[in-house]
Parts: sequence; C-alpha cells; structure tokens
Amino acid sequence: MSELEQKVSLAREKLDKHVVESVEWHFNPETGCDYWIEKAKTLGFDPRKEIKCFEDVKKFPHFEDDDLRGGPVERWLPKGLAGKPAYVFETGGTTGVPKSRLVIEDHWIDYEEFSKTLPDEHFPRGSNWLMLGPSGPRRLRLAVEHLCQHRGGICFCVDLDPRWVVKLLKKGKTDEAKAYADHVIDQAITILGAGHNIKGMFATPKLLEALAMRLIDNGTSVEEAGITGIFAGGTEFTPQWYRFCKEELLGPDVYITPTYGNTLMGLACGKPFDPADEYKITYFAPQPRAVIEVVEFDDYDKVVGVGETGRVKLYTFTKELFIPGFMERDEGEREEPIDVYPWHGISGTRPFHELLTTTTVGVY
Amino acid sequence: MLEIPVIRWGKEYQSMTKMDVVHFETGETLARVHEANGGLIKMDMKKAKKAREILRQFSIQELVDKCAVAGELYENATLPLGNGEQDPASFCNMQSATTGLPEHMCSFNMTKNAFVMKNMGQILTALTRGLPYDILTNGYGMEDRGVMVSYQANCDAAGWVLPSNSPGVHTLWLPVIPLQMGLVLKPGPAEPWTPYRMYEAFAQAGIPREAFCLYPGGADKGAELGGAVLESCERSVIFGGLATIERYHGNPKISAHGPGFSKIILGDDVVDDWEKYLDIMVDSVYVNSGRSCISCSGIWASRHTEEIADAMAQRLGPIAPLPMNDPNSGLAAFTMPGAAKAMSGQIDDGCKSSAVTDVTAKYRGGDRLVENKLCDFLRPTVLHVSDADDPMANTEFMFPFCSVVECPQDKMISKIGYTLVGSCITKDEKFSRELLDATNIDRLNIGEVRTLQLNWLQPHEGNIIDFLFRARAFQNAPPPPH
Repeated sequence: MSELEQKVSLAREKLDKHVVESVEWHFNPETGCDYWIEKAKTLGFDPRKEIKCFEDVKKFPHFEDDDLRGGPVERWLPKGLAGKPAYVFETGGTTGVPKSRLVIEDHWIDYEEFSKTLPDEHFPRGSNWLMLGPSGPRRLRLAVEHLCQHRGGICFCVDLDPRWVVKLLKKGKTDEAKAYADHVIDQAITILGAGHNIKGMFATPKLLEALAMRLIDNGTSVEEAGITGIFAGGTEFTPQWYRFCKEELLGPDVYITPTYGNTLMGLACGKPFDPADEYKITYFAPQPRAVIEVVEFDDYDKVVGVGETGRVKLYTFTKELFIPGFMERDEGEREEPIDVYPWHGISGTRPFHELLTTTTVGVY
Repeated sequence: MLEIPVIRWGKEYQSMTKMDVVHFETGETLARVHEANGGLIKMDMKKAKKAREILRQFSIQELVDKCAVAGELYENATLPLGNGEQDPASFCNMQSATTGLPEHMCSFNMTKNAFVMKNMGQILTALTRGLPYDILTNGYGMEDRGVMVSYQANCDAAGWVLPSNSPGVHTLWLPVIPLQMGLVLKPGPAEPWTPYRMYEAFAQAGIPREAFCLYPGGADKGAELGGAVLESCERSVIFGGLATIERYHGNPKISAHGPGFSKIILGDDVVDDWEKYLDIMVDSVYVNSGRSCISCSGIWASRHTEEIADAMAQRLGPIAPLPMNDPNSGLAAFTMPGAAKAMSGQIDDGCKSSAVTDVTAKYRGGDRLVENKLCDFLRPTVLHVSDADDPMANTEFMFPFCSVVECPQDKMISKIGYTLVGSCITKDEKFSRELLDATNIDRLNIGEVRTLQLNWLQPHEGNIIDFLFRARAFQNAPPPPH
C-alpha cells in the first residue's frame, strides 16, 4: 500500500468513527435537537444502532433544505449545547422565508482550520483584513472577521445586501445593479486608502475584479494598495478567471486562493496552486466535519468515477449540525485524493445545468 | 481539431475554458472555440483608444478601399481560421452545420456581406449624406456650401453582441472599421464563422489587426460576455427578443435590435387585384426561411384576406424540410432543443381564438412541427386573423410564418404596431401621406417591394452614423456679425 493509500485509509477510518459519534450526539434525546429526534421516528430505523460508518448515512433520505425555512429556529439547537450563545445565519431569501441555520462555534472552527492553509508571508499575522462580501445575516461576514481576529488582525467590512442585487437583476435593472456594485467598491477604496495597514482580503470574484479595475483606473493596483493575500470563492472562480486574475488583475506578488463552501457545509479548501495544473481548481471538503461527494445526475446515491461529472452532494457532521446528504445546486468532476487532503475532491464546480435557467448566480 | 482563439486587439489569446461547436445533425465537433471572460473584455476596453488611433493613421478612403479588397477575400479566398484554414465552401458548410440555415442561404448571405464590403464607399456617402470623410476623421470641417460642421465620435470602439441564428446581421457592423473605430465582437455561440472570417479578410486586406477584438463564448456565458461588452463600450449593439429591446429602451449607449414585425399592407385601391402581388407576399414570408427581422410576418388588407391566406397557404403549406445541402432546401433547422416545439405550441394556443384559422393545415399533409433526433423544423404556417386586435395579428416567429389580417384601411396604421419594414402597395396619395407620417414604421416602402429587398444605401434601424457620431457646434473663429 502506498503512503497516499495509507493516508486515505486512515482518513476513512477517522470519518467512519466521526460519523458514528455525530449520529450518537444528534439522535440521543439527551444531546440531539428536536428536529432530528422527531425525524428519527419517521425513518423506520434507529440511527444510533444502524449507522456504523459513513456509507450507512445513505440509509437516510436526502436532506430537504426547505426544512430550514421558518421557525422555531430553536428546533435545530442540540440540547447538548443549550444555553450557549447562538447565531442565526441565513441563506437565500430573495423571495419568501429564508433558510436559517443556527451556529454557535462552527464558523469559528471552520475558519480556524482554513487559517492553517494560509501562508503567513502573504497573510501576515497581526495584519488587518478587508471583508469585501455580503453583510447582514450571513455567516461569511462573521467567519471572515473571526479568521482575521484569529490571525491577530482587525477586519474592516462593507455594507452589501445581495438580495437587493438579485431583485435588481431579475427586473433587468443592470444599471442600478452596477451602481450598487460601484457603491460597494467606493466603500472598499475608502477603507483601503485610509491607512489601516490592510494586507489580507476576502472578496467575491466579481467584487475583486471590480475593485482591481477601479484601482487600475485610479492609476494604482491591488498590490500598490497594500494587499498581499486574498481568498475568494464561488462557482465564478473558474480556471479562466483564476488565470486572468493572477496575470492581469493582481500580478505575481499577490497571493490568491480559491475556496468553495456554503452556510451548511463550511469551507472546502483548494488544492495548493501548481503551475502544472494549468489553473484547474480542485476543492477538498473539511473532512471529517463535512464531506463532498460527486454523484450521478439520475441516482444521487451513486458516486461517479474519478474524472466523471456529477452533482455535488454535501454532508455535515459537526456538534452543531447533522446533514445526511444534501443536494447542492452545483455540479463538477470527481477528483483523486491528494497528500494534504487524502479523500476525494471535486473540480470544475459550476451551477447544476438543470437549474441554470432558474438560478441567478454571482450577484455580488 | 480546429481551435479558434480569443482575439484581443489583434493578439491571439488561449483561454483556459473552451467550448465545442458541433454539427447539429451529426454531433461532430467542428471546432473548439476558446471562451473569453467578462473581466478580459473590460480590461481590453481600457485600451480602446489605441484602436482608433491606429485606424486614424489611414484615411477613410484608404479603409474603404481595403474593405473592398476584404470583401473579395471574404467571398472567394481560403483564409486562416484559428490553427487551420477555411475556404468559402467549407465556410458555408460549417455555418449551415451549426446554425441550421441551408447552405445555399449561407452562400446568399455571404454574397450580401461581400456586396456591402465592396460598396462601402457608396454606403458611407449615403449614410453621411455626402459628408466629406475628413470631417469625420478630424471631427470638424468646412462643407462646400461654406458651413462649418462638426461630428464627434461617440466612442473609440463599438461593440456588437451578435446572435447565432441570423448570419445576415453582420452587414450592420461592417461600416465601423472604415469609420476609424475599433470593432468589438461577441459572436453568437453557434456562429463564430462570419466574425472570424471577416476579421481575417480585413487583416489580409491590410487593416491592422489591433483594431479588432473577438470574444467568443457559449450560451452559458452570454450574459457575462454580452454584459461586459455593453458595459465597457461607449456604443454597442445587441440583438435579442422583445425583452432585450425593452431592457435597453432609452439607453443612448445601446442600440437593441429585435423582432421586426415587418409587414405588407395592401391599400384599398389595389386589394381587389391581390393576385398580382402574390409572388411578392410569398417571397417576403419565405425567402431566407423567414429567419430575419425583415421577413414579412403580417399581411394586412381590408378585404379578400381569406382568399389571400388560402392562396399563400397553397404555395407555402406543402413545403417540407430537405437536407441542408439541397439547393431547394427552404427551411432552416432549429438546433436549440425545445425551441421549435415551444413556438408551435404558442401558435396552437393562438389558434384557439375564434378569430384565428391555420389555413396551411389543410395543405401541409402533416404536422407543423417536425421533430428529429438532433434538430427540429417548423413548416410554413399562414394564419387568417379576422380581428386586428387579436394577439396573433401581430406576432413573429423565426420560420416562414405570417398572419393575414383583415382590417379597415383607416385603422391599419394605428393597429399594426411597430413595423421595421412596411411594404405598402398603394397609389392612394392620401393613404401614402398617412404612411409617410406614421412613426411606427421604420423602413417604408411604397410600391411593389418585397420586405427583404433592402437598399443598402438606406439606413437600417436608425442611422449608424447618428449612433456612432454626434453632430455638435464647432467654431475656430468668431461668427459673422448678425
């Protein structure tokens, strides 16, 4: 068995053990949340007895994220965590009741883990950050702020309501959406020019592009503005955009790394940049806290072969949340495990083709 | 494999993302096209000024002469295409194979484009009303009549967001280069052929490559790339449906071209002799497979409408799909899955109205919708509409389709709505005057003119000179005493 195969095997054992512990926690009436305790009565099997490894999780029906809409939100709070201060983060919500997720410390843990992947020379400890992304009831804003604080810095933020942008785009008001983006960039330019020693940044691809263009128009650049490291995320972070960004927006001395995630799963890291990959972007879930599978389009219980295309299926197994297989609105290709992430990954993430006509992507 | 790169001010750019352009009947990949991204376009447009500076090193007359050479090359030469080359026959073959337009129609469009290129001087003279070229180059100048005039360019480069389904639209952007402005093209996903072939023809004719950008991309990139062109070019043109027209209505930077709702109107003074005009009516509906904004989609008359509809249906109804390389093939294929079915369904819904009859049904000998494995066809359809207020009285589809509408002459102008080409057959002076005054008709023909018979010396959907330049005051001396 090769060294990588050994690592893969160990990671799998760790995942299996973690899943069993997670199921015990979430389905034990002493520690689990009302939602899963009640749900267990409808399953036709006892998860605490029958889930003995990760594969067994597929005995659960697919998680319907619509269950996250509406209250009482406390039904998601595991009794074992009762009394701890909780955040509620929302996802979607352009129309109707948004999906909500209760969080206590998961976002901190996820981003502290992610912090270990950031090179100190580009994200210097103690330096300040700019969070150029959605604000309001979003996990991302507090998570990035915590990441910055975790690394000893202070995080500056902008106001950005992505739901308003979606409304504008759906009405075809592209000029107003552009004006709103300009308003966000105005805020960023002001902060960057105010002498706050900002070196790190989170940005969405669209906003990073707009910021870099504005700086170029102003006769300067992202690098000259003092930024040395950036992480960005989303399906718009394509290989072509990655190359364009490195070659034409940032230059060779500004580090950028892609991430992929959502409010339910957390943050998947990108494979470290290697010129040999020709800007191919491969993500790996933060196992064992979360798992990404690439499954067949017509059978969501069947994982595709390596290199094959399928839909993204997410699992979450943290103390705060149990998600036994949720169909994400993206697709991609399944990738081989690598040394630093000895489990299967995904590349080429993009909006799920069957939902393309109904999804407004990349609004901020 | 033929690979076609992005062109950034004349420089080839190999993208990390590519799309396959496939033969709609066989599924064969004809070319792999490199896809641009929006940021690339916005970045390039910061250098648009250089394109205009380079073109201004030539006089407009020199560029007009080079256009004529380019027209000849475009029509007859074997030209480079990406990492390969393409002769005129394979151009028509490939264009047909990806757009669904029969090959002889591709060839016809090629001739039309070449004609415009070869006659650019006359076209510019007509569109500028004989303005000396130097005035456009310098921005001002004295006319022969001793009047100072000034025309200021509204942009350094003009952008065009092109469709896949109508190769005829390319004539519209051809004047941009001789007008000394950079040309920014976002080709339709299935029709990279014409922009790339024209680009090569211009370059081989001696026009600097640095004046051109070509940003191809698949349908899923349409909004990103088209949006970037519209946002970053000071003047741009986009082709689309009614929603596109409405979205950009009133935006001085963007000219949106959409359905034409072109019509033939028979005056009361000639309608009793309608049979004399049957060929004009049939050709206007059928030629180019009805796939044009200048194809006739409505025939309006006060009487004999049932007979007109029946006579047209007898001629058009039996026409059926033929192979794309058949010189008699008159119907273009729909290569987008579901599009033909959706249109046919809309027509069926419209026919539920008591005022609407599908007159072709009895002559067709089969269904309107012909579904194949990899493409669909819609067979010609002529409706009779007895109520001018019925929604089917003013509808356009991208195949040989028309509504023959019964409407009193004194109500026609108010009922026909927007009409890109109005071919009005009448000798009635009063009606002619009303037609001349009707602002809802863009291109007005009074006489026996097919809607597709365009005179290229006339402006189309607005004068491109007015779009790209603005007339303004300029003085280099005090005015004479008043």
